[in-house]
Amino acid sequence: MPIKLEQVDFVYAGGSPFERAALKGINLSFLDGEFVGIIGQTGSGKSTLVQMLNGLLKPTRGTVTVNGLVTTAKGVKLKSLRQEVGLVFQFAEYQLFAETVAADVAFGPENQGVPASEIAERVDQALLNVGLPLEIKERSPFELSGGQMRRVAIAGVLAMNPKVLILDEPTAGLDPRGRDEILSRIRELHRQRGITVILVSHSMEDVARLVDRLVVIHGGQIVYDATPREVFAHGSSLKTYGLGVPQATEVLGLLKAKGWAVPEVALTLDEARQAIVRAYQLRRELA
Amino acid sequence: MSMMQQITLGQYLPGKSVVHRLDPRTKLLMAFGFIMVLFIITAGWVEYGILGLAALLIIYTAKLPLGMVLRGLRPILIILSLTIVLHIFSTRTGTLLFRLWFLEVYSGGVNQGFLLAARLVLLVLSTSVLTLTTSPIALTDAIEFVLKPFKRIGLPAHELAMMMTIALRFIPTLIEEAERIMKAQLARGADFESGGLIKRAKSLLPLLVPLFISAFRRADELAMAMEARCYRGGDGRTKFKVLRYTKLDFYAWTCFVAVSALAFYVSYAL
Ligand SMILES: Nc1ncnc2c1ncn2[C@@H]1O[C@H](COP(=O)(O)OP(=O)(O)O)[C@@H](O)[C@H]1O
Ligand SMILES: [Mg+2]
Repeated sequence: MPIKLEQVDFVYAGGSPFERAALKGINLSFLDGEFVGIIGQTGSGKSTLVQMLNGLLKPTRGTVTVNGLVTTAKGVKLKSLRQEVGLVFQFAEYQLFAETVAADVAFGPENQGVPASEIAERVDQALLNVGLPLEIKERSPFELSGGQMRRVAIAGVLAMNPKVLILDEPTAGLDPRGRDEILSRIRELHRQRGITVILVSHSMEDVARLVDRLVVIHGGQIVYDATPREVFAHGSSLKTYGLGVPQATEVLGLLKAKGWAVPEVALTLDEARQAIVRAYQLRRELA
Repeated sequence: MSMMQQITLGQYLPGKSVVHRLDPRTKLLMAFGFIMVLFIITAGWVEYGILGLAALLIIYTAKLPLGMVLRGLRPILIILSLTIVLHIFSTRTGTLLFRLWFLEVYSGGVNQGFLLAARLVLLVLSTSVLTLTTSPIALTDAIEFVLKPFKRIGLPAHELAMMMTIALRFIPTLIEEAERIMKAQLARGADFESGGLIKRAKSLLPLLVPLFISAFRRADELAMAMEARCYRGGDGRTKFKVLRYTKLDFYAWTCFVAVSALAFYVSYAL
């Protein structure tokens, strides 16, 4: 399910006094099995961008091609496209509606016309995938905690067995534990199912450790598209885009400015610690 | 195409024109007065021409895009065509224009139909101009002021105005929310369009349930926030933005009286 965007512009409320260009000249492609992070300040156009990928929004100019299908072409089957490209919306818990968790998770596969016996299987699998116990199935989704509701909503998209999974700020508004839980589940999913995962976030901490490739978007334009390491090497310019670098990288930057022999970028705390220890020992030997 | 774009009626278009700067009470009472004049004067092309010209002049002064103002007429298109058609076929005055099988069309009917349609258009235009140039908050302030005299007979003027403010404030929020939930369910393969009546009504559940839940949650949060800031109704409450008439309002009223007088003169004295 490769996805390709070519010269994509998107304008909200075109032709009215409230017109607003949300995306400008986007060129981007996603390959099978990639784990890509999309990062940018609030209002930079991340949500708009991901809604292009399953045909919920269509480009004002340019083309979006999903698995060879152009979303703006006449008579294109958007419904089948949406089953292949699963999109978990920002604050996805607000989409829950059914009486039980199981019924809500089953909504997607039911719309796909999956046979009942298989639906039950898929529901169980999806709930386990997001780390929820199966006892929860018969409960009302509205009596769960915020983090659990979010995970039920993610399971609702997973149950459709998408080939591409897009998550729009899946950790926004969660406590650190809920955040780590969801992120590690997503990493697991990518590893187990081998699907393409596109993770949208405004937090560097979230994506730094997870993704292979990082797309930075600012004011509706792509400013970087590279590995996290390469992107974080641009620490100071990231700040002008309203983004920080992960704390681990930040600390190394400060030490380097003081003349320590440390690398410029560290993605995890562990990596930073080792680098600092090494540099410390080096200084001691020199002294 | 998003739902937001289709709703122009009741929308506010911020600006700095003379019309925008008028006191909201002036605008509210004028819109009301305009409608009164519209109904009191005898229906005629010269009379409606004068009022229509005045309306166009106001739209021009307010720097409103004409297309947008006219788009506000879209919701009444059906009523308009119905009015015209019904009158054309039911009024039998004037000369016989032509006969269509068993239907006879008289000149009086055509005239009458279009006159009534013109009246409806003017009516909607005046309210559109009011809401397009007056922020919802200013408008409710004006409504509260106008309703105040009726407080003595037990009308809760402040509460009504507050309810309107809140309702107006949340309409765009709820529309946005509905759009978002709709998209989220579409992403899960929901189908809001095909199937029979019952199937389609049922397909709305995944949209309506979350929408109601979120509306109740918002209401709850708002009530809590108001209480936390010691809101206790209108008694003894002062205003941050005190309404004040200016010279502009005086000029506006002068114009209004002049135009109305002209319309009445044409209507009754000629
Ligand atoms: N439904 C909409 N109507 C009009 N403008 C919108 C709508 N949704 C988003 N926008 C505007 O488009 C821009 C990009 O928004 P969005 O894609 O939601 O950014 P992000 O997800 O990065 O916060 C913002 O300036 C926002 O105000
Ligand atoms: Mg967003």
